[in-house]
Amino acid sequence: MLLIDCPWCGPRDECEFSYGGEAHIKRPENPDKLSDAEWADYLFMRTNPKGRFPERWVHTHGCNRWFNAVRDTVTHDISATYGMGEDGPEGRS
Amino acid sequence: MKRQRYRMPDGGRIDRSQPLHFTFNDRSYQGYVGDTLASALLANGVAIIGRSFKYHRPRGVFSAGAEEPNALVQLEQGSHTQPNLRATQIELYSGLKAESINCWPSVDFDLWSLIGLFGRIFPAGFYYKTFMTPNLLWPIYERIIRQAAGLGRAPSDPDPDRYENINTHCDILIIGGGPSGLSAALKAGQSGARVILADEQNEFGGALLGSDDEVDGGPALDWVEKTVGELEEMAEVRLLPRTTIFGYYNHNFLTAVERVTDHLGVSDDPLPRQRSWRIRARQVILASGAIERPMVFENNDRPGVMLASAASTYANRYGVCFAKRVVVFTNNDEAYRTALIFKKFGIHVSLVDVRPEFNGDWPRKATAAGVEIIFNSAVTGTRGRRKVKGVNISAFGMDGNLGETRHLSCDLLAVSGGWNPTVHLYSQSGGTLTYDKQRMCLIPEKAGQAVNVVGAAKGTFELERCLKEGAREGARVAKNLDFVGSGSVRSKSKTVLENEQPLQPKWLIPSRKHPEGGPSHFVDLQTDVTVADIALAAREGYDSVEHLKRYTTLGMGTDQGKTANINGISILSGIRGEELPSVGHTTFRPPYTPVTFGALAGRQVGQFLDPLRRTPIHHWHTRAGAVFENVGQWKRPWYYPVLDEDMNDAVVRECRSARKSIGILDASTLGKIEIKGPDAADFLNLIYVNSWNNLEVGRCRYGLMLGEDGMVMDDGVTSRMAEDRFFMTTTTGGAARVYSWLEEWLQTEWPEMEVYLTSVTENWATITLVGPNSRKLLGELTDDINLDLKSFPFMTWREGKVAGVPARVFRVSFTGDLSFEINIPARYAISVWTACMTAGEKYAITPFGTEAMHVLRAEKGYIVVGQETDGTVTPGDLGMERMLSKKKDFIGRRSLARVETLRSDRKQLVGLDTEDPSTVIPIGSQIVATTKKRPPMDMIGYVTSSYYSPNLKRSVALALVKSGRNRHGERVYLPMENGTISALICNPVFFDPEGERLNG
Repeated sequence: MLLIDCPWCGPRDECEFSYGGEAHIKRPENPDKLSDAEWADYLFMRTNPKGRFPERWVHTHGCNRWFNAVRDTVTHDISATYGMGEDGPEGRS
Repeated sequence: MKRQRYRMPDGGRIDRSQPLHFTFNDRSYQGYVGDTLASALLANGVAIIGRSFKYHRPRGVFSAGAEEPNALVQLEQGSHTQPNLRATQIELYSGLKAESINCWPSVDFDLWSLIGLFGRIFPAGFYYKTFMTPNLLWPIYERIIRQAAGLGRAPSDPDPDRYENINTHCDILIIGGGPSGLSAALKAGQSGARVILADEQNEFGGALLGSDDEVDGGPALDWVEKTVGELEEMAEVRLLPRTTIFGYYNHNFLTAVERVTDHLGVSDDPLPRQRSWRIRARQVILASGAIERPMVFENNDRPGVMLASAASTYANRYGVCFAKRVVVFTNNDEAYRTALIFKKFGIHVSLVDVRPEFNGDWPRKATAAGVEIIFNSAVTGTRGRRKVKGVNISAFGMDGNLGETRHLSCDLLAVSGGWNPTVHLYSQSGGTLTYDKQRMCLIPEKAGQAVNVVGAAKGTFELERCLKEGAREGARVAKNLDFVGSGSVRSKSKTVLENEQPLQPKWLIPSRKHPEGGPSHFVDLQTDVTVADIALAAREGYDSVEHLKRYTTLGMGTDQGKTANINGISILSGIRGEELPSVGHTTFRPPYTPVTFGALAGRQVGQFLDPLRRTPIHHWHTRAGAVFENVGQWKRPWYYPVLDEDMNDAVVRECRSARKSIGILDASTLGKIEIKGPDAADFLNLIYVNSWNNLEVGRCRYGLMLGEDGMVMDDGVTSRMAEDRFFMTTTTGGAARVYSWLEEWLQTEWPEMEVYLTSVTENWATITLVGPNSRKLLGELTDDINLDLKSFPFMTWREGKVAGVPARVFRVSFTGDLSFEINIPARYAISVWTACMTAGEKYAITPFGTEAMHVLRAEKGYIVVGQETDGTVTPGDLGMERMLSKKKDFIGRRSLARVETLRSDRKQLVGLDTEDPSTVIPIGSQIVATTKKRPPMDMIGYVTSSYYSPNLKRSVALALVKSGRNRHGERVYLPMENGTISALICNPVFFDPEGERLNG
C-alpha cells in the first residue's frame, strides 16, 4: 500500500485515496472545433510511461481534495505531490 | 494413552511438570507444554504424519519450522477446523485434535498409495496430456483427481472465532528474533527509536533455541533471556512473538499475523484468535535467518529422513530423540554439529560427507567424540518402506562416479546441503538477489526499499558475525533516523571451531536406479515433484524456471517450495549445462506462510462487512411487515404484504390503490445535493444536458447527466431554491458517484467557479404521496401552502408546514399521477409519515414499495438509469434528444456528434406489446426479428423492464431495439427455453399517454 503525501493532510495510506488517472489533461476550450479523432484523443488516449508519471489522486476518505502526484510506475516512488492547477516538477506536458 | 517413549528424561525447553493430552488420527497421546504437535508426535514415536500429494507415499516430519513440506495436518473439527497446518508450527495445547490429510481410508493403510507403484505413468503434465479429451468427461475426471490428489478440507461452516486488524507505525521494524535480530533490536531500542520486533515462534531466540551455542561465555539462551528482558523494559519497543510478517508491500508497508490465542486451543477466551497487523515502518531490519537445504537421492522422502538442523532442534529444544542409530549426510561443516549433539546423547552416529577427507576442527572433534566419519561418499538411497531402516552408501571413485554400495542401518537420516538465506520478504520488497558462488546460495543484492538485511538472511551464518552485524546495523539504522542513544557493550560469541572447509556443491546423488526413471528422487516433497519430472519438463521445452514451476508444480504447494526451489533450479541448471545464476529464480510472493482468511477480514464480517443504511422511517416499515430490498447499501421496502398475500397480490393491490386513491412511498433514499454559489446555474449548465439559467426560483426541472463520452450517467429533478442555490436529486444508487463527479469537475477543471456542494441525502426525509386523492390529503395537513392547480403547478416546489413540521413540497411525479414529494428534516420523518397515514385512513391510503413504484413508472415508460441504461445509451437512444440544449456546451455534448453516436441503427427505447397480454417477458430476454430452429439467431435488442400492470390488466415491457423508433408496429420474437414469445414494438408509454392524470 502506497504512502501518499496529501498536500492538505500529510502522508496517509493509499486506501484513503481514489485514483484519477493521468494529470494535466485539459478539457478542450472549444470541443466543436475538434475532429472526432482529436476528441477521442482527449477522451480516451492516455500515456502509459515506464518511469515518472504525473497523475491525479483525490483524498476521498480525508479532505476530499484533488491533487497531482508524480509517481514512478516502476518503483512506485512518489517524488512530488502538488495542488491542482499547479505546475509539477515535470511541467504540464 | 501411550508413554512418550522417545522423550529424554531431561533437557529442552519443555515443561515436564505440565503434561498435555491430545489426539492424532483418533488416538490419544501425551506431550508437554512447550511442545509443537510435531515434537510431541515424534516423542510418541509417530513416524507417518501424512501421505504425499500425488503418490500417497508415507511422509513424516522433515523440518522443525515454517519450511515444513510434509507434516501437514487438519487441525480441529467442525467449524473450527483448519486445513494444511504445519505440525512443526502448531503449539501443543490440552485437548488438541488433529488428523492426517490426503489419505484414504487411513494414513497407515492408504489405498491411493497404489498410485506410487505406477509412478512411471504419472509424470509431470500427466493430467494435461491424459485428460484432454473428450471435454464431456472432464467433470468426471476432475472429481476423481480431486479425491486422489489434494490437501485438507476447508471448513463448511462460518468461522466462529474472532479476529482483529490493527494498524501501526514504527521507526524500525525488525523481522526475526534470532541472534542478529535481537542484537539489532537491542541497539535500535537503546537509541530511543520506536521499534517493533516480530518473530514467528512462541519465544525469541531463533536458531539458538535448538542449538547448544554460547554467548558471552554462557549458554546462548541465557543471553536471549537477558536481552528480551532488557527489550521489555524499553518504552518504545514492542515485542511481537508468535507473529509472522507475511507480506512486504510498497513504501515499507508490511503485514503480519499474530497468533494471539491459537496456542490455547478452542476456547471462549475474550481475546481474538489472531490479529493481523498492518505496519508502516520507516526502516526494516530483516533478520529472517536461513532454511537448511536438503540433499536429493533415491527415496529421500521416507519418514525418518530429516533436515540435520531439525534433528538437532528436536533433541536440544524438545528433548526428543527417536533414534538408536543416526546417519548424518552432508556436503558442509554444519551437520557435524548435529552429529556431535546426538553423540552427546550417547547415540551411535555415522557421518557421510561427500567431501574428500580433510583435517579440521570439526572432523577432529567428531572423531574424538566417537563419530564414524565416512568421507568422499554419499547416501545413494534409503531402505525401509514405512520408515527409514537403513541407507545405502557409496564412495566416489577417481572418476567422480559412485562405486560399490554398502549398507548402513539407521533409524534417522539427518541431511544437510547447506543453508539458503530466507530472502522471501526481501524479494517481495522489490530487492534483487544474486547467487553467491562462495556460499552457494541466493543472497540479497540490491534493495528496492528501506530494508537492511542482517545475519543468516544475508548469508552470514557464523554466530559471532551475526551478533556483530545485528548490533552494527541496529545502531546504524537508528542513527540514520536521528536516534542516537548510549548502548551497552556488544555481546560476543567465540567461534567454536575453526578451519572451516567450504561446502561442496553436490546435492543430487544418482543411484543405480536412474534418477530420471520414476518417482524416487524427490525435489519438492509437498507436491511430489521428482528429478524425473524436472528432466521431462526440460526435454519437452519447459526449461525456463517459470515454465518449469507451472508444468511440474515445483514450489506450488502451501510451503511455496521453501526446501525445494533451490534444488529444483540447480537441477535444471545442471540439465541445461548452465550456471545457476543464469537460470534465474521464480518470484517470491506473499504470504510467506499461509494466512487464514479470518485474520485478513478481522472484524469486517457479517453485519460489519458493509454499512447498512436505513431510512428514518425504517422501523415503521418493519412494523408494517414490509419485505425489504437491498438498493446499494440501503434497505428499501419492496412491498407490504397484508395477511397471506404473496408478492404479486401485494404489488397488484399497491399499484391499484396508488392510481385509484392514494399511495404513499418512502423516497428518502434519493440522493440530495445542495449546490450553492454565484456560479451554481452556470455549473449546472455544464453538468446537465439542458439549460438552467432561465429556471425561476420555486420551479423544478428534470435533468439528464452524461459522461464525457455522451452516455447517460444519472438523472433526477433539480429545483431552484434561490438565485444562487439549487437542490439536486439523484438516483438512489448514483448519489455518491454524482457527488464525486461534481466535485471532480469543480476542483480539477473549473476551480475558478464559485460553487459549493453539500450532500444532504440523510438530512432530508422524502415522503411521496401519489394518486388522485393526494391533494385532498395534503390539504388536511397544511394550512400555509396553497395547493390549487394554479398556485402550485406541476414542476414547482413550495415551502410551508406539513403536519406542523417545516417542509419543502415538490410537485413532481415518477408515476404519471398527481404526486407530491414532501421533504422534511429527517428527525421529523416518522411523525409526518404517521400523520399522513392517520389522515389518509379515510382514503384507504396504501404504503407501496419499490416493486409497485417500478410497475407504475414502467406503465408510463419512465426510465430508470441503470435499468434502461447501461453506460452505452445516449439521450437520443432514450428519445430525449429534445432536452439537449443547443445554446451551450455541456459534458458529453461533443461525443453526441461522433459518427458512432449518430448512427441510425443504434438501439432505441421502445415498448413491447405481447401477443398474449398475460405474458410477462423475463427482463434481459433477447429480441430477434426472425426465429431460427436453434441459436445463434440475430439479436436486435433486449428487454430492460417488464412487469404485469394491474391498472392496464396486461403486461408492459420496455426494451432497447436497433432502430426501434422506426419499427413501431413491427412484430418481434423472444426465443425462450420453452417456446417463443411474440410481441409488437410499440410506444413505451402504456398508461395515460396524454398525461391527463398529472394534475389529478
